[in-house]
Amino acid sequence: MLTKRIEAIEFAVLSPDMIRKMSAIEIKVPDTYDKDGYPMEEGLMDPHLGVINPSLRCKTCGQKMKQCPGHFGSMELVRPVIHPKFSKNLETLLMATCRECGRIVLKDEQLKDIIDATKDRSLDDRVKILVKKTKAKQKCPQCNAERKQILLDKPTNFFHDKDRIYPTQIREWVEKIPSKDLELFGYEAERIRPEWFILTVLQVPPITIRPSITLDTGIKSEDDLTHKLVDVIRINARLKDNIEAGAPQLIIEDLWDLLQYHVTTYFDNNSAGVPPAKHRSGRSLRTLVQRLKGKKGRFRYNLTGKRVNYAARTIVTPDPFLSINEVGVPKEIANDLTIPEYVTTFNLEQFKKDIKNTNRVIYVTRPNGLRKKVGDLNKDEIIAELELGCKIERVLEDGDIVLFNRQPSLHRLSMMAHTVKVMPDRTIHMNPTVCRPYNADFDGDEMNLHVPQTAEGKAEARELMYVQDQIISPRHGGPVITLMEDGVSGLFLLTLKSTEFTPAEAMNFFYEIGLTDIPKPDRGKNYSGRLVFSQILPKNFNIEFPSYTSRLLLQAGLIADPKEDKEFDSYVRIENGKLVTGIIDQAALGEGTGRIIDVLAREYPKDVLEKFYRDTNRLAVYMVTRTGITVGLDEFEPSETVLRAKEDAVREELLEAEELVRKLKSNQLEPIPGRQVQESFEIYMLRLGAKQKSKVEKQIISEKIREVIGRPRPKYNTTTMILSGARGGMTNLTNLMGLWGQASVREGRPRRGYKKRLITINKPGDVGAIAGGFIQHNFMEGMKVREYFYHSMGGRQGEVDTGVSTKVSGYLYRRLANSLKDLVVNYDGTVRTANKNIIQLVYGEDGVFPAKTKRGKVDIKELLRRSTQKEK
Amino acid sequence: MIKRLSDHVLVPRHEVVSREEEAQVLTKLGVEKEKLPVILESDPSAMEVKAKKGDLVRIVRKSPTAGETIYYRRVVG
Repeated sequence: MLTKRIEAIEFAVLSPDMIRKMSAIEIKVPDTYDKDGYPMEEGLMDPHLGVINPSLRCKTCGQKMKQCPGHFGSMELVRPVIHPKFSKNLETLLMATCRECGRIVLKDEQLKDIIDATKDRSLDDRVKILVKKTKAKQKCPQCNAERKQILLDKPTNFFHDKDRIYPTQIREWVEKIPSKDLELFGYEAERIRPEWFILTVLQVPPITIRPSITLDTGIKSEDDLTHKLVDVIRINARLKDNIEAGAPQLIIEDLWDLLQYHVTTYFDNNSAGVPPAKHRSGRSLRTLVQRLKGKKGRFRYNLTGKRVNYAARTIVTPDPFLSINEVGVPKEIANDLTIPEYVTTFNLEQFKKDIKNTNRVIYVTRPNGLRKKVGDLNKDEIIAELELGCKIERVLEDGDIVLFNRQPSLHRLSMMAHTVKVMPDRTIHMNPTVCRPYNADFDGDEMNLHVPQTAEGKAEARELMYVQDQIISPRHGGPVITLMEDGVSGLFLLTLKSTEFTPAEAMNFFYEIGLTDIPKPDRGKNYSGRLVFSQILPKNFNIEFPSYTSRLLLQAGLIADPKEDKEFDSYVRIENGKLVTGIIDQAALGEGTGRIIDVLAREYPKDVLEKFYRDTNRLAVYMVTRTGITVGLDEFEPSETVLRAKEDAVREELLEAEELVRKLKSNQLEPIPGRQVQESFEIYMLRLGAKQKSKVEKQIISEKIREVIGRPRPKYNTTTMILSGARGGMTNLTNLMGLWGQASVREGRPRRGYKKRLITINKPGDVGAIAGGFIQHNFMEGMKVREYFYHSMGGRQGEVDTGVSTKVSGYLYRRLANSLKDLVVNYDGTVRTANKNIIQLVYGEDGVFPAKTKRGKVDIKELLRRSTQKEK
Repeated sequence: MIKRLSDHVLVPRHEVVSREEEAQVLTKLGVEKEKLPVILESDPSAMEVKAKKGDLVRIVRKSPTAGETIYYRRVVG
């Protein structure tokens, strides 16, 4: 690659002479086209300014449209006007210099002092100091002339002690400023003279940047810039006529101001103090500054924002019958996207047939570069011409590799390679298992497809980005492509100790996974769900670990040791591909933890896991549709014991709170070390609330668990989801059927409200449990007014927090990603920037790539075991 | 009161690498000196070990991923 280094960039201001020299033609006529539709000579569309018609040649450079870069013209202004973007610079110069002699109004020694004092400071600092020291000076120490105050009425009107001074006068003034004084303001006098800030001649941009558009009706429509230039020329001409006719000074000044207005809005139609110039329709004109600035401006929209071809985008919908590697592409999209292929001896005949009988081939490019679209009329001609070396562009088909992406692309996993499966629907289909890395759901999410066009592109996508190779996250070294929600619930239900099927029922499962080698029933005549699940495990698969459920059981105190759990059989043991005991749930399948997925992804060929996901999807979907995961209100009807536990908890809360309040009032409260008494009180109250809630929660868990496992069929589905780890936690259940507990706003009890009380229901000064936001009811019972209010305060905070934190963290992430995106781990192991400066001598200081680790740690024992095993 | 920066637990150990050792270090790393990260001569830690422009500073840091890591920075003016 040819690399050139930019040494420096110099910015300067064009001098009037330079503008005239650059000018291809002087524009004098305010019209664009004559009545026959030809561009006017010396008009704004003069062909000397460049060509926009592909068949014409440029009158200046003689080249055709594609080669001609366009040429600037010029326009002589009868009276000078101020360039609105330089009026600030003029202001500082006028404030610091003398109108008579042009010098900075300081004694030479004073000036020298300032230069010395600001040697190490920025230019801006020096200019600021210069202006500060000079602007109030009454007299010029250089020539003894009197000085008056300069005032800038934005954007372009200058006043010299209440008298308006006109651009001509300002020009005369700044012309006097000597070069050595100018340099103190940062102007290199060779390149920039302040009198050039006042325009005597205006550049007319080439027509290539302001093309006229011919509408379907044949009416020509001009660009906004052209409209503005027409205004400038018109007023300029009128001003000229009036001056020549000897019109009164007043009229001339008015026209002059009007010229200034048009030039100002030509540069920036949104500057302060100037009404924006409007189009006939009332729309304000998009002039030079508007073209560049902001989100829709040239930089952010056209230069930073890249757009691509060979891409598609629609809504996504879930389809568990697709492989995780596949993506279902709607037929309409597949028939529009193309992939190039080259004609060889092997496929020549096939392509001829395809062109004749199908619409598979869309374009044919002959070796000489001539590209033809295949249509009914020219089919035979194209077939006759088809020869080796032709490039055909064919439609997307099953088995093609495409990139699939969902924004925001925060991850490498936000864009992965999939295999195309053309489908009849109008949405893109995807296996719900890959939702997690994309962070997609199906409430209307849209996703993008990109079709790699070259062999290299396809190979790179297939080898580096294929979904099945991305199972282990490069972030934490655990699985990220995992079953979610119903997938987990389904396998949980399937592998409960109690789940059993008659041979007839079991056959449906075997059919789902395409099993032909039917095992013998293991429970008398019946099949256990675990046996069904075992069919999808590799035969040499061994693992044991505690399930998510067993951890919950342990917490609830229902079992002492997961390994010894005989009652629920929750400890997972897989021996030679057979699930002996244990419930398959979050711990086996979930993100980051999923033990089975983890082992399958690391130790087996990649297609084993792909097959495993295919089968689990089928089993889970069948199981869940067969059972139905739905919610009835009876699930949240608290039992007698729960009610009693709750009553106790509430009574205790109120009593203990009363005691705390009493201690607080009588100054007996023991403060927490490092806290004030008042703070301590609040903390005690929060802890008390949490303690009482957890009591009720415990009671609910222990009862609910029994209603799901340890009975022939799970009774309740919310609890099923909680136990399997598919969705929700025990607190959700407690909120529904127990009590909400202490409401909290910003990590404390609700505080803001009226003086001495939150809401008017409370007595002033009441800091007790109920006045402080303790909610003793639940969602089933409904809350009391005050509870509802407190609950809503907490709810509002939650809403605000999600809004703020997504915004803040999104921006933070963007900054981080932008600064790190060019860092590369080199072959010598160092991390370097784009110009090969070192950031780290060893990647991550330890040279470890997390995706190849077990949850971020290098598992030495495991590596040793595997390497010694191989030797045997 | 902390008299020296290096007494603070969060300040990693800085030391100037001698000229002879510097050549060794650079060959060992297989790295050109001017590609190394820089540290200002006026950096408080650099001043403390009296590192001068052109020197190489070795920094021994505690790292959450690698226990202890050695880092080199080139002193610039």
